[in-house]
Amino acid sequence: MSFDVPADRRYLESHEWTTTDHETVRVGITDFAQDELGDVVFVELPAEGDEVTKDAEFGVVESIKAVSDLLSPVSGTVVAVNEALFDAPELVNEDPYGEGWMIEVEPSSDGEFDALLSADDYRDSIE
Amino acid sequence: MGLRKPPLHATHADRDASFTEFGGWEMPVEFDSIRTEHAAVRESAGIFDVSHMGEIVVTGPDATALMGRLTTNDVTELDPGDTQYACITDEDGIILDDTMVFRLPDEDGQSHYLFIPNAGHDDEMYARWTEYRDEWGLDATVRDATEEWAMLALQGPDAPELASEATDGATTDIDRFKAAFCDVAGVRAFASRTGYTGEDGFEFLVPWDEAETVWSAFDCQPCGLGARDTLRLEMGFLLSGQDFDPEAEPRNPYEAGVDWTVDLDTEFVGRDALEAVEREGVDERFRGVVLQQRGVPRHGYEVVDADGEHLGHLTSGTMSPTLGEPIGLGYLSDQAPPGTRVRVVVRGEPKQANVVTPPFIDT
Repeated sequence: MSFDVPADRRYLESHEWTTTDHETVRVGITDFAQDELGDVVFVELPAEGDEVTKDAEFGVVESIKAVSDLLSPVSGTVVAVNEALFDAPELVNEDPYGEGWMIEVEPSSDGEFDALLSADDYRDSIE
Repeated sequence: MGLRKPPLHATHADRDASFTEFGGWEMPVEFDSIRTEHAAVRESAGIFDVSHMGEIVVTGPDATALMGRLTTNDVTELDPGDTQYACITDEDGIILDDTMVFRLPDEDGQSHYLFIPNAGHDDEMYARWTEYRDEWGLDATVRDATEEWAMLALQGPDAPELASEATDGATTDIDRFKAAFCDVAGVRAFASRTGYTGEDGFEFLVPWDEAETVWSAFDCQPCGLGARDTLRLEMGFLLSGQDFDPEAEPRNPYEAGVDWTVDLDTEFVGRDALEAVEREGVDERFRGVVLQQRGVPRHGYEVVDADGEHLGHLTSGTMSPTLGEPIGLGYLSDQAPPGTRVRVVVRGEPKQANVVTPPFIDT
């Protein structure tokens, strides 16, 4: 099975993606991750204004069968939360790179992007 | 040692099923999505490969005595074609396994039983049966047929019609909790009108090498162990190794809410301990909880009262696909009977929940 891995994003080995606009980035989980989890039924996210730290837990995503921590690809301040997921967590399955996004972060450091995986490297890691 | 595989493993892999290890077997956990498979069983029909379940056959002049002394229910009530749910307990009355006992048509004038240990328990149960048989000097033959027969479960409101079509009507005569031999797509099978989903349906035992023919005879949603778990959870059915386990979760049938499987008028291993339990009562009972706040209850989560005092813990939990509500099963103090408001501690945060008596849904 092949999974969608958009080239315009960077990735964590733990299957989170982030956009690379250095002003405000979006964060979500990958197509591979949502497929592995199965039916997503619950998402726990931070509130606007909360601080997140690169590689540290910022929330939880739960499917019918599993619980998985969400790790932040960057450090910074949460400036938006996708509250649509609270009522419709299935958006994570249906559109993981679009409507299923989770938080927007104002990064505190540009340098953290350098350590993230490229789309090619991430694709290699899941194949 | 490698994982055991059901005879349909390659068929499931070709269908892009995902697999999981369960009881030493590599079994399909999901074909399409748990939600889709679950809904198919509640609304129409689904078929499960449950070939990881054990099959032990017991025959001979003392077969009834051996079965009766190793299971908690009264096996003498069974006529050929009858089925019975029972527990298998140790000397202390702790559940080692739960099982369906089938009385088959007599063989050579002797009583003939089949019982179904849970996945991975067949070796242990075969050993238990043969060791006690020898110790008690009983004349009975015990055979582990786990890898002779595949087991398929056709479940859902449309199951009777589908089964009738595939068996030329033979299954329409089988009442609930009864069993009979019949032909499925030309294959000799043993069919029981039983299941683990709360829906009407059948479980078919078929020769290992002919599983493919029977599996293909039913045009309905293939379902994995994921949906099987959410379906049984909505019904409050026990899962061996999780809701009870002699090591991790030692429970007697009274605590586990299956005291109706215990017949104290019979003699069986664990009887005296269970008579004392019945007399003295239990401190904790198997209950359901429904969360009133966002979150998903899971195995191992603590249950507390409004002051944070311990009331018990959960052994199973999920987001109910039918109800769209978070439900859990577990052992709660008698101070938290159905109707009590409690808190389930979800990753450190107490969430409001109500105690209920399973099942969670009407089927």
